[in-house]
Amino acid sequence: MRPQARNWLLLAPAGAWFLFMLVLPLVVVLVFSFGERGPAGGYVPAFTLEQYLNLPARWTAFKNTLTLAPVGTMLALLIAYPLAYFLAVRANPKWRMMLLILVIVPFWTSILIRSYAWIFILGGRGIPSLLAMVGLENVRLINTPFAVLTGIIYGYLPLMVFPIYVSLERLDKRLLEASADLGSPPWRSFMQVTLPLSIPGVATGCMLVFILLMGEFLIPAMLGGGKVFFVGNALVDLFLQSRNWAYGSAVAVALVAIMLLTVSLYMRFVRRFSDARDDVSLM
Amino acid sequence: MRLYAMAVYLFLYIPIGIILLFSFSAGRSASQFEGFSLQWYGKALSNPFVMDALSTSFTVAVISAGIAGIFGTMAALALQSMRGRMRLFFDALIYIAVMVPGIVIGIATLIALVTVFGWLNPLLAAIWPEGQVPPQMSMGYGSLIAAHTLFSMALVIIIVRARIAGMDRSLTEASSDLYATPFGTFRQITLPMIFPGILAGVLLSFTFSFDDFIIAFFVAGSETTLPIYVFSSIRRGVTPEINAIGSMVLIVSLSLLIVAQLILQRGRTPRS
Repeated sequence: MRPQARNWLLLAPAGAWFLFMLVLPLVVVLVFSFGERGPAGGYVPAFTLEQYLNLPARWTAFKNTLTLAPVGTMLALLIAYPLAYFLAVRANPKWRMMLLILVIVPFWTSILIRSYAWIFILGGRGIPSLLAMVGLENVRLINTPFAVLTGIIYGYLPLMVFPIYVSLERLDKRLLEASADLGSPPWRSFMQVTLPLSIPGVATGCMLVFILLMGEFLIPAMLGGGKVFFVGNALVDLFLQSRNWAYGSAVAVALVAIMLLTVSLYMRFVRRFSDARDDVSLM
Repeated sequence: MRLYAMAVYLFLYIPIGIILLFSFSAGRSASQFEGFSLQWYGKALSNPFVMDALSTSFTVAVISAGIAGIFGTMAALALQSMRGRMRLFFDALIYIAVMVPGIVIGIATLIALVTVFGWLNPLLAAIWPEGQVPPQMSMGYGSLIAAHTLFSMALVIIIVRARIAGMDRSLTEASSDLYATPFGTFRQITLPMIFPGILAGVLLSFTFSFDDFIIAFFVAGSETTLPIYVFSSIRRGVTPEINAIGSMVLIVSLSLLIVAQLILQRGRTPRS
């Protein structure tokens, strides 16, 4: 068989799968977003911008997502950076791999069960009952933005640590020696050498976390108790409760559009900072 | 510095530890530990709804990981020797499959399949022989497996491709110089070298499918997977039984992850 024909045969099943289960569904969402709602839910073909003009009706969900996602990303970054620095620079090389795997492993276990654990910890008989013992009565933690942010940081910390670790680990240690030889105190070496060189990893981590957070449903559903909800929660409501497919599709398209905008900004940013490409994978 | 790292590790692992600890509690209360017992595991494992959900999750995870392993490896092998537009197109598809949020994939698959079934079902009824009940296509096992396979296939392609890229080309060249058929070269050289990648990809795919909630929530139809069962029970209140189920889910994915890591690590060191 000619190699060309063989390649086509090898690619055919995966290609068909991608076309039918990825491209077709995404096109359907785009088409439906210009349609109208059927009398009993579902979709009626039409070409109207009505759904998009109606987007402000779900403003709260977009507002919550666009405030808590960046805040959560920033907090995750603040917590992740020192840990990544420790792993890449300070940790005993013998344990380094093991410690890194220990950070990544939780990311691959069920986020549902892991956020459930926080219902437990932040709920009435968890931390609030401990606070009551030291005299702080009636502290409510669950179903607040605080609870949602805790869940976000907990869920996405591993995704932030990994790319930062990769960029710090690749850093040429001779640069730091040179900086010290030229009389810089350690904090100055950090600010002028380490930090700038780790910016690509920081940007990658922030983008990954931010993008996944934009589509989050579980954490606000479990820890926000219907009070703190994201666009993802609005989508579940629109598709599974009110069955408003046309409007739901418009919300989904708007969400993906915001994400694409973020990615393109990120690409620009990274290109400006470094020509070197980071190959970041999670395994 | 070290203290800080320890604090972060505690933050990452204490919640998991609490779930595991309370799953062994003897008491009814979900928040007070009252002696060691395995009763909640027994309760969970004798609950027919849990067992049903577990078997659905397991079946879907095994089949989707298997399909993704085979088709994903085939695609990775083809992409390795391809250049040009087709390659870019596939790279874009893989990128989209991984980056588009699960919730969007979920709703898109739901409305696309429901619409397609809406067209196909009357068609099937029309061409079906008179007097027999025509099959009704609907959301369920099929849509669950198809949707999970999509993400898993992207995962397998990425992992196997990384493995192929790290492969020593001179071995396959030597093999064909020594007149091995292309298939012989594949079976004796390429396959053994990329196998750890395939296996790790399949194990990760299984873990993804077994743990996935959001895609399954939309495409499961009348089926219930274990995460969907757990989600709806949490809505009804926190019970020690959920701790037991949660612990089992965590243990399954933790052990598969460790195995996958070991395979990938071992595969990296060249064997003589």
